[in-house]
Amino acid sequence: MSAATTPTTAITYREAMREAIREALVRDERVFLMGEDVGRYGGCYAVSLGLLEEFGPERIRDTPLSESAFVGAGIGAALGGMRPIVEIMTVNFSMLALDQIVNNAAALLYMSGGQFNVPLVIRMTTGAGRQVAAQHSHSLEAWYAHVPGLRVLSPATIDDARRMLWPSVCDPDPVIIFEHGQLYNARGELTEDPVTDITSAAIRRRGEDVTIVAFGGTLGPALEASEQLAAQGIEAEVIDLRSLRPLDSETFLASVGRTHRAVVVDEGWRTGSVSAEVAARITEEAFYDLDAPVTRVCSAEVPMPYAKHLEEAALPQPDKVVAAVRQLGG
Amino acid sequence: MSDEHGLHLLRQMLRIRRFEERCVELYSRSAIRGFLHLAIGEEACAVGVTEALAPDDAVVATYREHGHALARGISMREIMAELEGKLEGSSKGRGGSMHIFDAVARFYGGNAIVGGGIPLAVGLALADHLQGRRRITACFFGDGAVAEGEFHESMNLAALWHLPVLFCCENNLYAMGTALERAQSETDLSLKAASYRVPSWNVDGMDVVAVEEAARRAGEVVRDGGGPHFLELRTYRFRAHSMYDPDRYRDKAEIERWKERDPIPALTADLGAAGILAEGDLDRLEKEVEAEVDDAVAFADAGTDEDVSDLERYVMSEPRPGAT
Amino acid sequence: MGDFTMPSLGADMEEGTVNQWLVKPGDEVHRGDIVAVVETEKSTIEIEVFENGVVDELVVEEGETVPVGTVIARLTSETTAATVHSPVLRHLAEQLHVDLSSVTGSGVGGTVTRADVERAGAARVEGAPPGTRPVPQRRGQRHRKAAERATGRTRSSPYARRLASQLGIDVAAVQGSGPGGSVVEADVRRAAAEPAGTGGPMAASVEAAGEVAASSQVGDKQAAMRQAVGALMARSKREIPHYYLSTTIDVAAAVTWLERANLERPVTSRLVLPALLVKATARAVAKVPEMNGFFVDDEFRPSAAVHVGVAISLRSGGVIAPAIHDVDTLALDDLMRALRDLVVRARSGVLRSSEMSDPTITVTNLGELGVESVFGVIYPPQVALVGFGQVGDRVVARDGMVGVRPCLTATLSADHRASDGHRGGRFLAEIDRLLQEPETL
Ligand SMILES: Cc1ncc(C[n+]2csc(CCOP(=O)(O)OP(=O)(O)O)c2C)c(N)n1
Ligand SMILES: [Mg+2]
Repeated sequence: MSAATTPTTAITYREAMREAIREALVRDERVFLMGEDVGRYGGCYAVSLGLLEEFGPERIRDTPLSESAFVGAGIGAALGGMRPIVEIMTVNFSMLALDQIVNNAAALLYMSGGQFNVPLVIRMTTGAGRQVAAQHSHSLEAWYAHVPGLRVLSPATIDDARRMLWPSVCDPDPVIIFEHGQLYNARGELTEDPVTDITSAAIRRRGEDVTIVAFGGTLGPALEASEQLAAQGIEAEVIDLRSLRPLDSETFLASVGRTHRAVVVDEGWRTGSVSAEVAARITEEAFYDLDAPVTRVCSAEVPMPYAKHLEEAALPQPDKVVAAVRQLGG
Repeated sequence: MSDEHGLHLLRQMLRIRRFEERCVELYSRSAIRGFLHLAIGEEACAVGVTEALAPDDAVVATYREHGHALARGISMREIMAELEGKLEGSSKGRGGSMHIFDAVARFYGGNAIVGGGIPLAVGLALADHLQGRRRITACFFGDGAVAEGEFHESMNLAALWHLPVLFCCENNLYAMGTALERAQSETDLSLKAASYRVPSWNVDGMDVVAVEEAARRAGEVVRDGGGPHFLELRTYRFRAHSMYDPDRYRDKAEIERWKERDPIPALTADLGAAGILAEGDLDRLEKEVEAEVDDAVAFADAGTDEDVSDLERYVMSEPRPGAT
Repeated sequence: MGDFTMPSLGADMEEGTVNQWLVKPGDEVHRGDIVAVVETEKSTIEIEVFENGVVDELVVEEGETVPVGTVIARLTSETTAATVHSPVLRHLAEQLHVDLSSVTGSGVGGTVTRADVERAGAARVEGAPPGTRPVPQRRGQRHRKAAERATGRTRSSPYARRLASQLGIDVAAVQGSGPGGSVVEADVRRAAAEPAGTGGPMAASVEAAGEVAASSQVGDKQAAMRQAVGALMARSKREIPHYYLSTTIDVAAAVTWLERANLERPVTSRLVLPALLVKATARAVAKVPEMNGFFVDDEFRPSAAVHVGVAISLRSGGVIAPAIHDVDTLALDDLMRALRDLVVRARSGVLRSSEMSDPTITVTNLGELGVESVFGVIYPPQVALVGFGQVGDRVVARDGMVGVRPCLTATLSADHRASDGHRGGRFLAEIDRLLQEPETL
């Protein structure tokens, strides 16, 4: 990224997200941010740093360590006319609020015959890469993407970090936003003409030889792999899913229709993962376009290890993506 | 208490009782399916508390909520239609007995995860607090829910943030087949709330007047910014946990002892003694209630089945004109 | 070697009924042999095998109806039938780069054992010249063998199969270079680019013909056929940018030549004008190859072979256009015979699968019906259809003289993606020219 040419617009993913939260707080007084250490501390990943000072403790609410209660309270507040943004420190901790998310947030509208929608945004960090081992590193997006009634987003770029929040806040239904921990320090420039929807996938790189489907933390490795492949004469099309539920299958199916090969890169465990869903849809709907089996590059099926080399070995790395593509004879 | 109000309390409890008795019948002829939890014996709790609420207060209840819904003013027709799974039901047949919702009544379920509704109540109160509204949220749950983490997290959060929630624990001594003393190291539930610095009362849940009075007093403090309050309503269900529960875990004699304290005859006697309920008044009341139940059943029976093509409706919101 | 499946004789064919088996287990079969008679809703079709081997098992009984793609018989090759190695052994052999067929067995009854393979593997490495390692075969090929042995069939990607059927390539005959030695798109395209004859044309051009009746009732069959034809024609109209040309051809020379030629022939083998028309069409293709072949995957692929689809109306209603193969090289008498035979078999409902699926251009002749001119709909993925109308005396001005001559209207419906009006005009003119020299046909 050319930070030198226009240094004013280059920001980090963290800052982009913070700007997005600030925008929401400014634009709609019903919006408030709630979560563990979002206020005084400034957010465990410093996303909300400075917001307490700007908006006060009513709108930047520190909560006790009660994931179920404060997520549930977010749902209740949404029912009561507010537009809460609830931050859960990491997806691993969201398990303690799973009841509220799955049994309440996702089900209330349906269960009430359309009477009670839940305009709630839940943000959480996901993903590995920081040697924080097995209780802070997992990618459980697929669990949420499984649940009807939720929207599940995975902003992988500075633009999306900056611009997916507001439409999520405006959405009448619960939206879960996954922020990959490795992205917070990523720096880049906001583009002029951004995609602002929260439903479609984006083609991040054009290519006609193979389709690489990625999202969140795997977009980077996928793009890096595509550059290496280009050097070897293979042009990969890289698709960023952006939304995991609903899943924009049209975009990747169309791409596979052109390239006839697909590699899905997912930091989740292979079994029952988002990549499994993508692969299944490709085989269901683009079988006769396939010139090779759909291949996946996922995390090793182990609780994330602590040791650096083990963690690296467990994660989908660019070279694994390159190898997977090469193996297709692309 | 005015004469009229006394008769009103009696009518409300009778409506619930006769409605639920009819539900048993309908269940047997398969018009109602799924889980059916009856609150026969516990009517005073639902009626007493809701009487103390203002029209724009919110109610969060459990899966044993027919009484709360009826007392809150949701039409008996819609509730019965919901139980029969009809489109005309309060949740268009998507909820059933355990999930009655009503936006107009601000009735937020019908929650069938034990303890799961409690955080919602805290959030509803938070919204009122943030918007500076003088509304309260009444949250019903059973003695079993007190063992759940969500109860404790929510108690703490509500107290910490000083939110306008009226916690109403209907302690009927059993969580399905598990007696309270088999589940709790401390069986005085009000002490648990008190440990979160939430003012707590023990109330005779078989006395509708006592329940109403306690709820009114506590509710006023809550409404005036006094923070959450906790009522432990000591009550008892006369029937099994749900339909076709063999009810082997309690002593028949225990049930009979509690039946002597049935809130409906108790109030009837009090009203008679006070000269409020005259000869023939009860019969007339019963007839009116029966007619309402008949009408509700007829309405539900005549209801329509939701078109299967609408199966996926209400998974996500539909665009609403004028919505932002 | 392996599974012989219910063939798809059209994209819309869903199932077929095995009416009759013409082979039995133990019979040796050769590529192209008719092995069964299959009933579809359109007609009864003789189906052929595409490989040599021995019938191992008839999986589907006579009278049974099964979906397209269902294994209906199993074949084994004469060689592999003799020795069957265990998967473990095959895996080991593959790892050690040992050719199992060259290993002498030391086990019971001469079977090859683990030790035999290991010994052979060791010998291989020792025997290699210094500094060289056992050269692994190209990854794809090695895997392919393994895959073939394991599954008994050629692996090919779904896309490759689809493409192959559109291009008229027999996947089984293509060398795979993809994962696990599978046949992939590139292999099929390479095969398609090779001279004709390397892969049996299997174009699914007459998709309508492939229909199989779920019910044998004639009414249903006709309706189903109508529907199938309708779907195909609708697709054609949707996908193919047709353009149309017409020209009037003076057939006096052709008619005169026929009369003379028939003098020497017995009644049963007399030549008729349609044979000349078909032949002229086939020959004209040599000048304008854009009319002959398939449009698939966004590009036109000319066909070296000229298989002319002849539209034949059936008594039961409907039209099919089975092919006469290599018409450009067929002597007129042979063509005549083929034409007769085809009409008879089409009308009695016994056609071969290849006839149904591989025309490269179609001729429709509605002259018999008194039609003046016919502007037909192209059978996808073909790119041209030539129509001939009724022969009639017309007033023709020629060289400043007015005369009455037998003429017919020839029309061309062609795919604008493959050719244009200019080339189309050339093509019709060439047909005209050829018909003026009937003796050369
Ligand atoms: C989280 C959860 N666990 C278990 C159940 C099954 N269950 C349904 S009702 C019930 C008993 C609850 O007892 P209590 O809270 O005292 O309410 P009561 O039924 O007595 O009104 C149980 C265990 C449930 N619905 N939710
Ligand atoms: Mg209980």
